Amino acid sequence: MVDAPEPIISVEDLNFYYSESQALTNINLKIVRSQVTALIGPSGCGKSTFLRLLNRMNDLIPGTRVEGRVIFEGVNLYGPEVDPVQVRRRIGMVFQKPNPFPKSIYNNVAYGPRLHGLRDRAKLDELVERSLKAAAIWEEVKDILHQSALGLSGGQQQRLCIARAVAMEPEVLLMDEPTSALDPIATARIEELVKELKRNYTVIIVTHNMQQAARVSDETAFFYMGRLVEMGPTEEIFTRPRKEQTEHYITGRFG
Amino acid sequence: MSWHSLSARKLREALAFMVFRLAMLVVLLSLGGILLFVLIHGLGSLSWEFISQPPRNSMTEGGIFPAIMGTIYLTLGAILVALPLGVAASIYLSEYASDGRILKVVRLGIQNLAGVPSVVFGLFGLGLFVVFFGMGVSILAGSLTLGLLILPTVIGASEEALRQVPSTFREASLALGATRWQTIRKVVLPAALPGILTGSILGIGRAAGETAPIMFTAATFYTLYLPDSIFSQVMALPYHIYVLATAGTHIAQTRPLQYGTVLVLICLVLGLSLVAIITRTRMRRTKKW
Repeated sequence: MVDAPEPIISVEDLNFYYSESQALTNINLKIVRSQVTALIGPSGCGKSTFLRLLNRMNDLIPGTRVEGRVIFEGVNLYGPEVDPVQVRRRIGMVFQKPNPFPKSIYNNVAYGPRLHGLRDRAKLDELVERSLKAAAIWEEVKDILHQSALGLSGGQQQRLCIARAVAMEPEVLLMDEPTSALDPIATARIEELVKELKRNYTVIIVTHNMQQAARVSDETAFFYMGRLVEMGPTEEIFTRPRKEQTEHYITGRFG
Repeated sequence: MSWHSLSARKLREALAFMVFRLAMLVVLLSLGGILLFVLIHGLGSLSWEFISQPPRNSMTEGGIFPAIMGTIYLTLGAILVALPLGVAASIYLSEYASDGRILKVVRLGIQNLAGVPSVVFGLFGLGLFVVFFGMGVSILAGSLTLGLLILPTVIGASEEALRQVPSTFREASLALGATRWQTIRKVVLPAALPGILTGSILGIGRAAGETAPIMFTAATFYTLYLPDSIFSQVMALPYHIYVLATAGTHIAQTRPLQYGTVLVLICLVLGLSLVAIITRTRMRRTKKW
């Protein structure tokens, strides 16, 4: 057996509570660098909640409580000295529904870098172009960069949102069911893109769609009722799951 | 069930609708009646001289130019006071404050502020701004008083506008490593601005038409001169109407001028509302989230 590659994120004994009810119980897992990890499981199993814990988005919900550690590049993200704003700069996020700002395409992508002080026009232009190319949308929008992003189709908007996240040059990209609001063609393009993105980023994707998990991911984690049931190489999870619950879920007996 | 009872029910329904129609008619007729009445009596005295000249001969001749300007100054002043204060307060209420008892009390306070009679605002302004802060009867004191009067309107409109900004915009911004304040300044406020402005314009309309808050704090019965500083007294349209209606000595001569002034004031207020409505519809058409 080869040594497992050093993980970029390791989660240790993570518990999470929405006021009194516990949403996640004793999660332990490692996310491998430069791979796509899929989080699957039925609605309400905690996979989206878990994803949002990785960039501290759940901090924004009043009454929530976290126990345990999320170690990212050697630092516990829930350590007292860690500023959630800094965490979100390095761990980007793409949401379920495309949510471009009501601004121009260019200003959507330039939003993050500008926040962090990038003013140089030439550098911004270059970064916007590079990000839009990375999100495979440059060819479609290069002549309409200064038109409103709200005029784009849903699939284009979602790729724009990916470009917007990529422009921050994050190390990890979290995707929360990024294709659930899209048609099959747009979905296929995003899936292609996800496979491309892992060259430069570690991608963690929540999905309802098991074929999607099978198509795009290297590792799969199956969540059920707030617990991590099983995690392993995608192929193994889908062909030889070790746990019965996993098998029932992927063969469609519940979910 | 007999056919007879069915027709009785139909009759009752017809009667009920008749009552509703009548009620609506009364509303429309009273609005139309006021406008028509003012138009008929006021149109005759409208002229270029009327809106560009000061009054002459103990207000029996000449125009109302100083009063128009005074109302514009006071209204602008009121909005300068109420807009920053109101927007800041609504940002705090809807973006920062966490739900709880304190927030409820603050909201209740604001609602009650909206219900305070305007003459009370006038007396409050007299006590606080005119006397205590020694501003005297002035544009400044009047603007502050009117600003307080329309503050609940501005806060209400701003809160509503902020609430209508989808939370997904905030999430997207925060996920990019923006602070809350950056998110508010760069995403939430720009998206809410049309709503804030239209709501505020409606507030301006109210400020322009109020008499009681300015009669002790800003307005003067008669001046030939335009104000030269924010500490000057001014004439103002609503107060001018009040004076002409109650304190005139040449009633026959001043009455047409009075109707003319009313017409100008109504046009001003309705014009402002119209601007608000047009802006709102245009902004609504361009945004679609």
